[in-house]
Amino acid sequence: MHLPPFERLVDAHAAELHRFLIGLVGPTEAEDCLQETYMSALRAYPRLRHGDNLRAWLYTIAQRKATDAVRRSSRRPARDLDGVEPVAPSGPDLADDGLWLSVRALPAKQRAAIVHRFVLDLAYAEIGSRMGISEEAARQNVSAGLRRLRQEVTP
Amino acid sequence: MTDELERRLSAPASPALDVDHLRAMLARRAAEDGLLDVAYGSYDSPLGPLTVFVTPRGLVRLSYPGEPIDEQLDELAARISPRVMAAPERTDDVRHQLDSYFGGTRRDFELPIDWRLMRGFRADVLRATARIPFGSVVSYRDVAAAAGSPNAYRAAGNALGSNPVPIVVPCHRVVHAGGGLGGYTGGLERKQFLLRLEGVLDR
Repeated sequence: MHLPPFERLVDAHAAELHRFLIGLVGPTEAEDCLQETYMSALRAYPRLRHGDNLRAWLYTIAQRKATDAVRRSSRRPARDLDGVEPVAPSGPDLADDGLWLSVRALPAKQRAAIVHRFVLDLAYAEIGSRMGISEEAARQNVSAGLRRLRQEVTP
Repeated sequence: MTDELERRLSAPASPALDVDHLRAMLARRAAEDGLLDVAYGSYDSPLGPLTVFVTPRGLVRLSYPGEPIDEQLDELAARISPRVMAAPERTDDVRHQLDSYFGGTRRDFELPIDWRLMRGFRADVLRATARIPFGSVVSYRDVAAAAGSPNAYRAAGNALGSNPVPIVVPCHRVVHAGGGLGGYTGGLERKQFLLRLEGVLDR
């Protein structure tokens, strides 16, 4: 099977990947992450052996970019030491800012599972297949994430 | 069970994504990084909207309206590279030269051609066709001979019929020895238009 023209991956998946990334890193960083996701994908694209499950492949890359972004922004205040102004973390981007900062602080798998489940409204089987884990593991990551959020977020 | 927390998680304030802007940004960055293997854009010609496809090597395909764009993109992805994106500004040189050709101020195209969609005898025929000067016509037999096989005029006709870059590789300048116009990928009316434009047929 041949790989489809790359731009078709943009048309088919960009909007949903964007929402996924907003859940993971917040709206300010989401667009950058989305661009970086597609640039990495484009670089590797011709070397893919087949065109199966390109969507899952894109989500894997997006998740990696989100993890990098979260790691970068948590390291940011350290720059203060070099005399550079610290950059405020995403700021009041979302109406529900406190909650989403807590989501971003979750372990990567729980965070991704929560975003897949609630932001993208996916069933556990689908979440599992996109994350490359079992349906049961997807369910466990969602409930572990929810448990943790309930402890941190005051309703 | 849906509780307050789950409801809040389901409704993040998410700004809408401008996909066209994203596509344009990606195309620009891809070109800068040497990752844009096939770029395309459309061109409004007197013969209808054409689609121009270029690679870093040159013009690879020029298509008439009516040829489904998705099929062409699939073919280019399979035969050239799957790194295919709309990037009209990459086709500017071709579009400007088409402007001056249709405007009557240009006789010869100065465009590198990417010949990768043409192979074997077909490529030989089309390379011979590319040398036919503006305003003149040759027969199918002539072009077959120029490609090295004078008797293969039917095969030459087939090669011309599948010309991936009509107008620029001027297959419209090949006609029947007896005076008939022969066929044309874009339809006979377009062939007549081009031959009129070049002064071969009366206006």
